Amino acid sequence: MATVAAVIASTHHPFYYRASTSAGQDRPPFADEWVAKIEAFRQTLTRARPDVLVMVGSDHFHQLWLDNMPQFLVGKAPVYDANWYNEEREFGLPRMVLQGCEELSEHVLRGGLDAGFDLAFSNELRIDHSVTCPIITLRPEADLPIVPVYTNIFAPPLPQPKRFVQLGRAIRQLVESWPSRQRVAIIGTGHLSLELGGPRQFGQHGPDPEFDRRAVEWIATGDLESALAGVTLDSLWEPGNATHGFMDFLLMMGVAGDNAKADYTDSLDLFHTMEAYFTWYPDGGPTA
Amino acid sequence: MSKYLVNKFLYTVDRDPELVERYREHPGETVAWWEQEEAGRILGCHGAERSSWLMLTDAERTALAGHDYVALFELGAHPFLTLTLFIALFERDYAEPLAFQHEYAARLRHWRLPYPDIAT
Repeated sequence: MATVAAVIASTHHPFYYRASTSAGQDRPPFADEWVAKIEAFRQTLTRARPDVLVMVGSDHFHQLWLDNMPQFLVGKAPVYDANWYNEEREFGLPRMVLQGCEELSEHVLRGGLDAGFDLAFSNELRIDHSVTCPIITLRPEADLPIVPVYTNIFAPPLPQPKRFVQLGRAIRQLVESWPSRQRVAIIGTGHLSLELGGPRQFGQHGPDPEFDRRAVEWIATGDLESALAGVTLDSLWEPGNATHGFMDFLLMMGVAGDNAKADYTDSLDLFHTMEAYFTWYPDGGPTA
Repeated sequence: MSKYLVNKFLYTVDRDPELVERYREHPGETVAWWEQEEAGRILGCHGAERSSWLMLTDAERTALAGHDYVALFELGAHPFLTLTLFIALFERDYAEPLAFQHEYAARLRHWRLPYPDIAT
């Protein structure tokens, strides 16, 4: 059976690419520290020697729209084109092409449906920065096949937080039951407190540093019980109007397992939002 | 209320570079044209198979035609869609990085939770 080589949860900050590649007067003062943290984080994936990446993210009204909105969707395609015009425009993100792993997509879809998750699927999916940001930060070679998993954290009505956790647990079991000798890294990105298009946006810090502190503690210690007790669909508006993206962290905590302490934790307090990076090694961690 | 249609305007304009420029330069004309010609288009379907019932309210039409992102927020337009498009429209007019985004936040400063409902 396949091996879960690493479980990785991260924020996805679309400004990283521009900040890290800019020079001279255009380079923001926080870029060097940010790049150093990302390069250290990247090593946690590199050391796991993955062959395939399951990538959990959320479409930002690019291909998925309100006339036909899935709650959870798995890509099943041989190739994924990536990034959109408005992401080039606003963030300077490059167009990318990623290979797919249809065999694992098929396994996740069949097994997920049989386990009670009515997963939508897509055979032609152009993915966006929720998936490409972690490719840029963690695997900039973009050389590994992926299985994209999209969640709806964006367009109410949303699934309950516990459903994200349940799906994360199922994804872990499905990867571990994949009849393959490949090493799979399961990577998901979400948000801590975040405000977009509201009065608390683009402040000196994230809109709710106290929520961020608690959330980082929940994730780092795998404290799903406290995390699920601490948030509801209604309460997630309070730390910031885009904070439902935290539910992708909950999904990744489900992948990592109850009370699974992260093997690697880091964070960076930036303007607008706090960055946070977590890695778990379910098989005990890579040998040196 | 037709939050869905307001969002559809923001979504379809934001993803089209020519429409972004047209909306920036001629907002009233663009909104009128869009509501007449594009509002009923079912995305991904043949043009003859249109929705027959979609229409903006007067308040929504006025907010869109006036580039009034505060009113759009108050009408329950999806804030991510509004922010993304309005950055494309107006960030270029500000000398300092994030100056438009800060002004945007300041103009919404009178809002406290709960914000207007964005469910469609």
